[in-house]
Amino acid sequence: MATLKELAARGDKFTGGHRACAGCGATIAARQALLAAGKHKVVAGCATGCLEVVSTIFPYTAWNVPFIHSAFENAAATVSGVEAAYQSLKRQGRITENIKFIAFGGDGGTYDIGIQSLSGAMERGHDMLYICYNNQAYMNTGIQRSSATPRGCNTTTSPAGRKIPGKAQFRKDLTEIMAAHNIPYVAQCVIGNWSDFTRKVEKALDKGGAAFINILQPCRLGWGYKPELTAELGRLAVETCFWPLYEVEDGVYKLNATPKDKKPITDWLFQQERFRHLKQPANGAIVDEIQREVDQRWERLVRKCDG
Amino acid sequence: MSADIRLLQGNEACAEGAIYAGCDFFGGYPITPSTEVAEEMARLLPRHGGKFIQMEDEIAGIATMLGAGAAGAKAMTATSGPGFSLMMELLGYGCMAEIPAVIVNVQRAGPSTGLPTKGAQADMMQARWGTHGDHPAIALCPSSVAESFSLTVKSFNLAERFRMPVQLMLDEFIGHLREKVTIPAPGELEVYTHPRPSVAPGEYRHFGDGTSVGGAYAAMGTGYRFNITGLTHDPMGFPTGRTDEIRWKMDRLRAKTDDHLPELVDVEREFLDDAEVVLFAYGGGARTAQEAVRLARARGIKAGLLRPRIVWPFPDQTVADALAKAKAMLVVELNQGQLIGEVRRVNQGGTKVVPVLRYDGEIITPDELMTAVEANR
Repeated sequence: MATLKELAARGDKFTGGHRACAGCGATIAARQALLAAGKHKVVAGCATGCLEVVSTIFPYTAWNVPFIHSAFENAAATVSGVEAAYQSLKRQGRITENIKFIAFGGDGGTYDIGIQSLSGAMERGHDMLYICYNNQAYMNTGIQRSSATPRGCNTTTSPAGRKIPGKAQFRKDLTEIMAAHNIPYVAQCVIGNWSDFTRKVEKALDKGGAAFINILQPCRLGWGYKPELTAELGRLAVETCFWPLYEVEDGVYKLNATPKDKKPITDWLFQQERFRHLKQPANGAIVDEIQREVDQRWERLVRKCDG
Repeated sequence: MSADIRLLQGNEACAEGAIYAGCDFFGGYPITPSTEVAEEMARLLPRHGGKFIQMEDEIAGIATMLGAGAAGAKAMTATSGPGFSLMMELLGYGCMAEIPAVIVNVQRAGPSTGLPTKGAQADMMQARWGTHGDHPAIALCPSSVAESFSLTVKSFNLAERFRMPVQLMLDEFIGHLREKVTIPAPGELEVYTHPRPSVAPGEYRHFGDGTSVGGAYAAMGTGYRFNITGLTHDPMGFPTGRTDEIRWKMDRLRAKTDDHLPELVDVEREFLDDAEVVLFAYGGGARTAQEAVRLARARGIKAGLLRPRIVWPFPDQTVADALAKAKAMLVVELNQGQLIGEVRRVNQGGTKVVPVLRYDGEIITPDELMTAVEANR
C-alpha cells in the first residue's frame, strides 16, 4: 500500500473548492479513492446525487480526471459502455494506455434505483470499481429514506411522530448482495479509516475485473451532528459493529477490524439527530431490536470470516 | 366554523387536495422539484388511515400505484421530468388496463437531468404521446396554489369517472409558489367515486359494461372474476388476437375522451368578449399572461386570456372560437413550442398565431409579453 508520504506527494485528482457542506463525507470518499488510484490513469463516472451536484457546478469542476455523469439509475451501465469501448479500442491498437474505471453512486443511486444497472455490470464482469458512498438516505433531495436507511431513522418520508417511530425496516445488506455476484472483490469501508479504504481501493484496481466497495459516509445534514464529528461517527459505526470492515476476495471472507470492546449501538445512535426520538423511553423496544439486529448480523459475518 | 386558510406551496396544496379527494395510497420516489408532494403524503396519509410507500424508483412508483388502483384504492404518485420518462411504459399499461390513478408531474427543465430546480412546461407533448401506442390522455394544468388543490381533486374525479390514469401537470413555478389558500370545507367540492358493480359475480364483465366511462367496475379481490393485463384483451380481460375484439378495445379506449369532450373542457376566459389580441397560456406561464392582459387593457389594447385548465384532450372548439374572433393569438409557453402546434392545427382562418416562448429555466415576464402584445395589436 502507498505510504502517507507517497499519497501526499501524488496531488489530488479530486480537488477542494467544491460546494459540499462542511464535514461532508462523500467528497472525502471521492478524494481518497482517487488518491489511492493515483498510480493509474483513471476515468470516473458518477450517478446523479450530492457528489455529482456539488463537484461540477459550472464553470468549476473538482474532477482532475475524465468524468462522465449520466442519470440517476445507470452510472454502472454508462461506465460499462465506456469500459467496453476502451477494451475494443485497445484490442484494435487505437489506445495504448492502461486505464482504470471507477463509478461513484450514493446509496439511493446504488441500493435502490441503480441496483439493476450495478448488478448487470458486475455480472458481465466489466473491469470497473464501483464505489457506493453510502450516507443512508437521499440527501440531495432533502433526506428521504432509502433501502440503506437504518431501522428507526427519522427521514422526511419515514417521519418519526405519533403514528410511526421512523423507518420500519432494517437496512438492506447490499455488500452481501454484491458478494453473491461472485466477483473478484467486494469490501466494506468507512470514513474515518483512510488506510483501510486506500488499501482496498488499491487492491480492487490491482486485481482487475468487477469490484464493489461500500463506504459508510456520515452526512452532517442528514444525520444531524457537528461537522467535525464525521470521521468519529464513521469509526463509531465500526466500534459498535453496526458497520464492520471486511472484504470478500475471490469468495474468501476476511474481517479487517475486530473491536476490542464492542460498544453499545446507542453510542452511535444517540450522537445523531435522526435517531433523537429513540431516546424516549416509549421507543426503548426499538433500540433493543436494533441492538439485536446488529448483534445477529455481526455474529453471522464473524462465522463467515472464521469459516 | 371559521374558514381554513393556509399559506401553502403548490406541492403541499396538491397533497392536501389528494387527501380531500379521498386518496388512500401514495407510491413514489423522491425527485426535485416534486419531492414535497411525497413528503406531505408521507406525513398526512397515515393520519387518515392511508398508506404511503416510498419505492425503489419511478418505475416501481407508478407500478405500485396502479396495483393499488386495481385493488380499489384511490392511488397517486408524483414525479418530475426524468421520473416521468421512466413511468412512460406503465402509463400506457394504466390506460390499457383501465386503472384509475393520478400521476403528478411537477415539470422541470429538460431534457435529461436538465435543470432540476428550475421550472418548465416542456413535458406537455410527453403527457399526450409519451407512452407508445394509441391511447387516450387527460392532463390538467394548475395556474395557482388554490388550483393545485382543486385540480388535484378534479384529477381524482376524472380518473374515477374515465377509469384511467390522469396526469396533473404542475410546473416548478406553481409547485414551489407560496400563496394563500382557503381549504374547501368537506362537501364544498365534488368528490366522485366510481360505482361498484351490482350484478351477480357470474354475470360480471370487467371491460364489458358497454361504456368505459362512468360505469361500475370491481376491485380485485371483491368476488368478481376478471383478468388484468397489458395485452390487448376481450371484455373479460383475457388476451385476444381477434381483429374484431382488438378494434373493440381500441375504440373503447378512444371513446373515453373523444365521446365526452364537453365535460372535458375546462377553460378560464378573461376579457375574451371583445379581445383582438388573445393570449393562450396555461400553468405557471398563465400567471404572467394574466398580468399582461391587465397591463394591455390599461393601455387601451383589447387583449384577453384563454387559459385551459384541462389541456388534454385539447379544447379544439374553444380555441377555434377564440381564433375566429381574434386578430392574433399569442401562445405563451415555457418550452420551445409544444401546444402551439395544437393551436395551429385548429386555426382554420387567417388568424395570426405567434409563439411567445421562454425556455431558460426562468418564468416569462409581463414586459416580455407586452412587447409581443404591442407588436401584434
